[in-house]
Amino acid sequence: MAVAARTTNTAQTARPSRFNLGKIERRNLSWGLFFISPWLIGFLVFGILPIVYTFYLSLTRYSGLRDAVFIGINNYTRLAADPLFWKAATVTLNYTVLAVPIGVVVAMLLAIAMNQKVREVTIYRAIFYLPSILPVFAISFVFVVFLNPGYGLVNWFLSSLGLPSPNWLGDPHYTIMALVLIAQLGAGQWALVFLAGLRGIPTELYESAEIDGAGAVRKFISITLPLMTPVILYDIIIGLSFGLQVFTSAYILTGGGTRGAAGPDNSLLTYVYFIYQQAFQFGQMGYAAALSVVLFVVSLLLAGAVFRWARGWVFYGAEEA
Amino acid sequence: MATTEVARPIARTAPTGRRYRRALTHSILPRFVLILFCLIFIAPFYWMVVSSLKSVQEASAFPPTLIPQAWRWQNFIDAINYIPFGLYAINSLVITVGATIGAVLSNTLIAYGFSRIQWPGRNKVFYICVATIFLPYPVVLVALFDIFSKLPSFGIQGGHSWINTFLPLIVPAFFGNPFYIFLMRQFMMGIPKELSDAARVDGASELQTFWHVILPLTRPAVTVIGILAAVAAWNEFLLPLLYLQENDKYPLAIGLAFFTSEHDVAYNLLMAASTLIVLPVVVVFILAQRYFIEGITVGGVKG
Repeated sequence: MAVAARTTNTAQTARPSRFNLGKIERRNLSWGLFFISPWLIGFLVFGILPIVYTFYLSLTRYSGLRDAVFIGINNYTRLAADPLFWKAATVTLNYTVLAVPIGVVVAMLLAIAMNQKVREVTIYRAIFYLPSILPVFAISFVFVVFLNPGYGLVNWFLSSLGLPSPNWLGDPHYTIMALVLIAQLGAGQWALVFLAGLRGIPTELYESAEIDGAGAVRKFISITLPLMTPVILYDIIIGLSFGLQVFTSAYILTGGGTRGAAGPDNSLLTYVYFIYQQAFQFGQMGYAAALSVVLFVVSLLLAGAVFRWARGWVFYGAEEA
Repeated sequence: MATTEVARPIARTAPTGRRYRRALTHSILPRFVLILFCLIFIAPFYWMVVSSLKSVQEASAFPPTLIPQAWRWQNFIDAINYIPFGLYAINSLVITVGATIGAVLSNTLIAYGFSRIQWPGRNKVFYICVATIFLPYPVVLVALFDIFSKLPSFGIQGGHSWINTFLPLIVPAFFGNPFYIFLMRQFMMGIPKELSDAARVDGASELQTFWHVILPLTRPAVTVIGILAAVAAWNEFLLPLLYLQENDKYPLAIGLAFFTSEHDVAYNLLMAASTLIVLPVVVVFILAQRYFIEGITVGGVKG
């Protein structure tokens, strides 16, 4: 009663079901909001506000120095006609289409290898995992040397096997492959996630399959793969998001933009690299904001499409088991 | 007893073929594959260290030598003197320590609010928080840069705005990171509810419960977050590239680029500097391996 009396002067009492919280609930709500307030403020200031601001900037001509001038959808018509925009979109798409499936396969192979009952498996686990926490910028510099056709180890190895030795960073057909290779050094992290998934599969399933005479391949296709689909989906979603963001490795493989173009035939001009160029090298903040909006929308659409597509193949039955 | 004594040698000798096959499939073959994978993963780093010990002529010789002819340890000293390595290392360290303190403070507080207090709408807000993991950060790069260029720095590092100061690299860490929040919340959910209830009965406020009861119990998770945040800050490249515009403020990540911006690239020195930058991360990993693995498995089991 005391609570009701205290709140009579507010409009909330008119809608008792939702807003008339008990004393403890209200106390908890204010404490809860107090504790999460750093995130709440950060979400508004570093998340919502910049996104709204990006939408606004995308409708202006803005160099960062003078005031923004409203120009409607000009930036969007401009990007639709900009061959470099399509180049950057193609490069990023090609990269993502290669890097995500290869990443899933490599992580799965590593996880299966790590799941073998070998005594010193923790050593292998450490070796696979360690590269994934090393700085990508340093790894990229290492790959400039590692993949060099003249004094790199990779081409020395390929030519000693009698295989052709590609000019990884000079031939536009191979530059994306170089980025994909660099990304694979991060596979150890995903392999551990996959390994946790593998360990979660009940052994009885394999035992009864063996009784039915199933071989290793059959067990993998009929048991391991279906039960791993939630983890694979998780990898694809995060991999997709990271794939669209790829920047550091491309930037460093091109020599940090010191050689003008982003790699031979702009073959390393990833989408974020393009945004970076437009905003921070050419002072086209408005245009770069429009590019950011496109990235935002495409990421949302792609994530949505993957989730929808996943309904057909992700197996959630194991969770109750 | 007698029967087993007799039976054993027979059992041991009879299926030698099968035992041999078993050793092959369970011990030799997996090891072969594992070692092969390891060699592939180690190869780039082997090349980094080997190249860092070669002379300039040898580093660019064709065909390359797999082991340096003469081990030039001098390269490490030359690399440190080629760029202001000490200054850049200090800058990297300041940014790393700042961002780590921010991550530890904010994410423990936030996770407490998402796990130890039952408030209406909590789970929905938490889903929004986790969903932001999927948004590509570069989307807000342009707008954030412009916002930071308008925020006053109050004279910190002599900047007129946040641009060209460490603030954009450190301050956002104090506002939480959805991945770390998720990790810490997972951990805090595992602490029995009765502990908080007992503290409340004893008249402890929510802050006191957080500080005296829950926080001491979350030390392993705090360590995980501290280590992951420190490594992430040390490894960051894009943000310092954008926000820092003066030579003397660069961290090592940006300083490394100076080895290639000259006309002829000193690859052996570049590799020596890379080795020095990678080394602290390797050392931290060796010392705190289990915390890394914990972070992955807690964070990864359920997306």
